[in-house]
Amino acid sequence: MDQLFDFSPVFDHHEKILEGFEATVRLAVVSAVLSLILGTILVAMRVSPTPVLRATGTFYVNVMRNTPLTLVLLLSSLCVSDTLGILVSDDPRTNYYWFGVFGLSAYTSTFVCEALRSGINTVPLGQAEAARSIGLTFTQSLRMIILPQAFRTVIAPLGSVLIAMIKNTTVVIVASYAEAAAFMKEMFDDYGASIPIFLGFALGFMVLTLPTGFFFGWLAKRMAVAR
Amino acid sequence: MSEANVLFDAPGPRARRRNAILTAVSVAVLLGIAALVIWKLNEEEQFQGRLWSPFIEGDVWTNLILPGLWNTLRAALVGSVLALLFGAVFGLGRLSDHWWIRVPAGAVVEFFRAIPLLILIFLAFFVPPAVSPIIATGPLGTFQRMAVENFLFLFGVEINYGTVTVPAFAALVFGLTMYNGSVLAEVIRAGVLSVPRGQSEAAYAVGLRKNGVMRLILLPQAITAMMPAIVSQMVVLLKDTALGFVIAYQDLLHAGFKQVPPNFHNNLIQAAIVVAVIYIAINLALSRLATWLEQRSRRSTKSAARTLTAEGAPPAAGLGPV
Repeated sequence: MDQLFDFSPVFDHHEKILEGFEATVRLAVVSAVLSLILGTILVAMRVSPTPVLRATGTFYVNVMRNTPLTLVLLLSSLCVSDTLGILVSDDPRTNYYWFGVFGLSAYTSTFVCEALRSGINTVPLGQAEAARSIGLTFTQSLRMIILPQAFRTVIAPLGSVLIAMIKNTTVVIVASYAEAAAFMKEMFDDYGASIPIFLGFALGFMVLTLPTGFFFGWLAKRMAVAR
Repeated sequence: MSEANVLFDAPGPRARRRNAILTAVSVAVLLGIAALVIWKLNEEEQFQGRLWSPFIEGDVWTNLILPGLWNTLRAALVGSVLALLFGAVFGLGRLSDHWWIRVPAGAVVEFFRAIPLLILIFLAFFVPPAVSPIIATGPLGTFQRMAVENFLFLFGVEINYGTVTVPAFAALVFGLTMYNGSVLAEVIRAGVLSVPRGQSEAAYAVGLRKNGVMRLILLPQAITAMMPAIVSQMVVLLKDTALGFVIAYQDLLHAGFKQVPPNFHNNLIQAAIVVAVIYIAINLALSRLATWLEQRSRRSTKSAARTLTAEGAPPAAGLGPV
């Protein structure tokens, strides 16, 4: 039975686990920034006064949200990069890294967009009406009344989106970029599949996701709008 | 936009002119992007009819895509039933009055919510064949054999001289159950907690016991409230079945994207589009159902509980109830 919980492969090859998580963190950080930017653009489109932009934003969000991430990543790596021959870099690893990031951001940004949009919807209509009636212009009421309230209510949902995105980086394995999940599989192949190796990687993901969750939970509580 | 909007007033003449200009500019930009995409696709000769032709052939549908779709739906169906069971056990376990039920249930739920689905699938797919021979020689060997022969064989798990092999289907269902089950556990817990306290106080006051309060008063109201959230978690589960692709489960994605293109001029883009449309159609139908259930539940006077939105998942692990 001792063989079952032999942690020596984990300790002996911990640098390999760390290397995997380094790739995961690199994916997660860049995708987080990109999907925040894209998500903000999308939400701007979805709440804009222009019907064309609203329709395009809604279409994009509905399509992306209902497509499996696996397919999105296959599409970005195999179809866009390989079949259409669009390359970001000549080095395949760098190239697939970027197409992994693009796919992940294209997918995550729709969830960012929906979180932000629900944040705007939670601001009571009276707030905007009061702002207009004391003579604030559109930009002023947006800057001083609506966005500060909307932003605070979306901290927790954005945290959830971010954590889901960190877990979703594992799917990038289909876009030929090796991150933690791919390293776990490689270690399974090299040192024999075992529960300790799994636990080592599970712990790594918990180290990434749980503190992120605690931080956003704390921030959301601290910034909560009293209503 | 006819309804009142927190961002915009009804536009006046100047705003209307500005909006018209904005519309013209955005149409131009969007058309430009579309033209660029079409030009690039055309340049790579992606518009040839022969690339699309497999998808108008009956054989391709009956031999590849429909069986794949059936495998996807099968995994999703079995996965959601088991995930609901898992969620009910652990969600209610977390609400227990006894710390020795509450704490382990909470630990299990938080653990499975904090780690990615894919490494759970890898755990179920790669670890049993390597580990089971060791277990077979140990004290739990008989238990392992009985577990496989009496229950796990239902999912295609096999045991040969102590070595357990897990088919891709079972590994996928295991991952879906554990991950979505723990998310559903949180949904169920939130659903029960969303019933106003007066309901359970009144139930205790008329002499019901804990079991009766939960079974007769809290759960019936909670189920109405959490149906939308449960259905939208099904959408997530259905999308997650596509992860079976990684361990070569013969699902819709595998059939449409891995088996069709090599046989038909490598039509990856066309295959991806067709497969995506099928997924989107199923998921949109499920989302519709969730929204409909939400509206119905909001109108309903049968439940005192606050409806959990179809927007879905409860806050991620570590965020705690908000």
